[in-house]
Amino acid sequence: MNAMPEAIASDAAVFSPAGDVVIDCNLSKVFYGDFLAVRNSSVPIEKGKITGFIGPSGCGKSTVLRSLNRMNDLIPIFRFEGHVKYHGQDIYGKKVDPVVVRRYIGMVFQQPNPFSMSIYDNVAFGLRLNRFKGDMDERVQRALERAAIWKEVKDKLKNSGLSLSGGQQQRLCIARAIATEPDVLLMDEPCSALDPIATRQIEELMLELKESYTVALVTHNMQQATRVADTTAFFGVDISQGGRTGYLVEMGVTRQIFEDPQEELTKQYVAGEFS
Amino acid sequence: MASNHFQNNASASTLSGPPSTGDYITDSVFRAVALTCASLLILLLAYILWEIGGKALPAFKEQGLGFITGTTWNVNEGQFGVLPEIWGTLYSSLLALIIGGIFGVTIAIFLTQDFLGNRFAAVFRTIVELLAAIPSVVFGLWGIYVLIPLLRPAADWLHEHLGFIPLFGTELSGPGLAPAALVLAIMILPTVAAISVDAFRRIPYKVKEAAFGMGTTRWEAILKVMLPTASSGLLAALVLGFGRALGETMALAMLIGNNNQISLSLFAPADTLASLLASNFPEAGAVEVQALMYAAMVLLVITFVVNVIGLAVQQYTMRKFEGKK
Repeated sequence: MNAMPEAIASDAAVFSPAGDVVIDCNLSKVFYGDFLAVRNSSVPIEKGKITGFIGPSGCGKSTVLRSLNRMNDLIPIFRFEGHVKYHGQDIYGKKVDPVVVRRYIGMVFQQPNPFSMSIYDNVAFGLRLNRFKGDMDERVQRALERAAIWKEVKDKLKNSGLSLSGGQQQRLCIARAIATEPDVLLMDEPCSALDPIATRQIEELMLELKESYTVALVTHNMQQATRVADTTAFFGVDISQGGRTGYLVEMGVTRQIFEDPQEELTKQYVAGEFS
Repeated sequence: MASNHFQNNASASTLSGPPSTGDYITDSVFRAVALTCASLLILLLAYILWEIGGKALPAFKEQGLGFITGTTWNVNEGQFGVLPEIWGTLYSSLLALIIGGIFGVTIAIFLTQDFLGNRFAAVFRTIVELLAAIPSVVFGLWGIYVLIPLLRPAADWLHEHLGFIPLFGTELSGPGLAPAALVLAIMILPTVAAISVDAFRRIPYKVKEAAFGMGTTRWEAILKVMLPTASSGLLAALVLGFGRALGETMALAMLIGNNNQISLSLFAPADTLASLLASNFPEAGAVEVQALMYAAMVLLVITFVVNVIGLAVQQYTMRKFEGKK
């Protein structure tokens, strides 16, 4: 891939979605220590839609996603310039507790990571954490049903979550994340460890989820973005400064990104000329 | 010589070939050596059991199971019973396990869950492990000259004001259960801490990520996610610590008071099987040696049973929490 001149990247028109913006994310620079990981990325997440992040490896799409619920705070050398606002409030504000941010903005990870406890306790984990007082059984069942795994586990809710297969574990993690009905769900390549059948089920789930939540989805798979994302953000890698710095190349309605890309780099990527 | 069936149908330019005869011989030799080492270990264990069992047999025939339920140890009348020693062994080890276990696991949490910088954690860990290098007899002396005088004011106060609780039912006699159990706790601390640290270190980063991703605070992540995840490793740490406490001899012989009685009181003197063996062997006659051998067998059986139970509990938690068969 050729390095893109900075001028072109900066010229990319800032995308402004038609509907309400839930997360207004504008990262002008993201550093890990001295390493500039991401620059010039303004990614508004629209309410009730699926926003897909695509791009080659190392383009910073996961980094951007993880700064939306302050997961990057776990890395001590992380710092950034810019702002991330959730319903207009700066989530990196001095008085904001990252724990609270993560309760409203849930996350599903690339590798399935259920806890070492029963399937039931995994799903009930967030409910108990948030001191949910209502009908726990019903909530757990509902979350498992929506994650398309209820039928497979309903007779063994007491078994360990780790006894399931990889695809089942990932759906369990999704059930765990949606049990508390978070406002926004961030999904970091949730299907990369799954077989095609499980992937299809998860994609159907995402389409169903956007009826009530907002979803941001990082995917390595362009077809997945075309299948589920309403809006797509394409990230590229800039190697001109010596390091590998990711940046937003183009963002728009998914159909436009894939059928009528404005940037040469996007055109090449969606045509499959590099990945 | 190894045959090579593929020699003729491989393409002419391939560099692949079969292992040499020497490679196969090395394989067999290595296998034989490993098997010998493993079986020698088992043979050694069997031999020890055989020897001790053989020497204990006369006493076993003489005393029968009354040896285990008897409470007197009188060489002149040929009366031997180790119930007080069994009680003292289990009681002191259990107390040590509770104290050492709580401290050991807490230290492990402290060392692994980002409370200290990496360098400080390494230094702290080394210090804890250095505790394991202190000879048992030094612990015994420290207990006599430092710990017992230190305990006395607290023990007197507890006996005076809370004496109605059986735990504080007697005055501190000097050597006794409390100093012995405290020293035992310090002695098993490095074992428990080191193995617990490994148990916490083995937790993959993605588990921590999952916990924080759910919006846990730091303590919620540790208590509700990290502890259950590490539970089988923590159990292993506790079982090993308990085993070590059961068999510890020198410090206990110096600190426990070597008194043949059963008491709930922490301040009363007591005795353990290992300490009984160490104290009585030097002057024992033929009949008493047989009885001591019997006592050694009892200690072996207790240790064995404790380990089997520990293993079973560990398997159970692995099945329950980690879904392993």
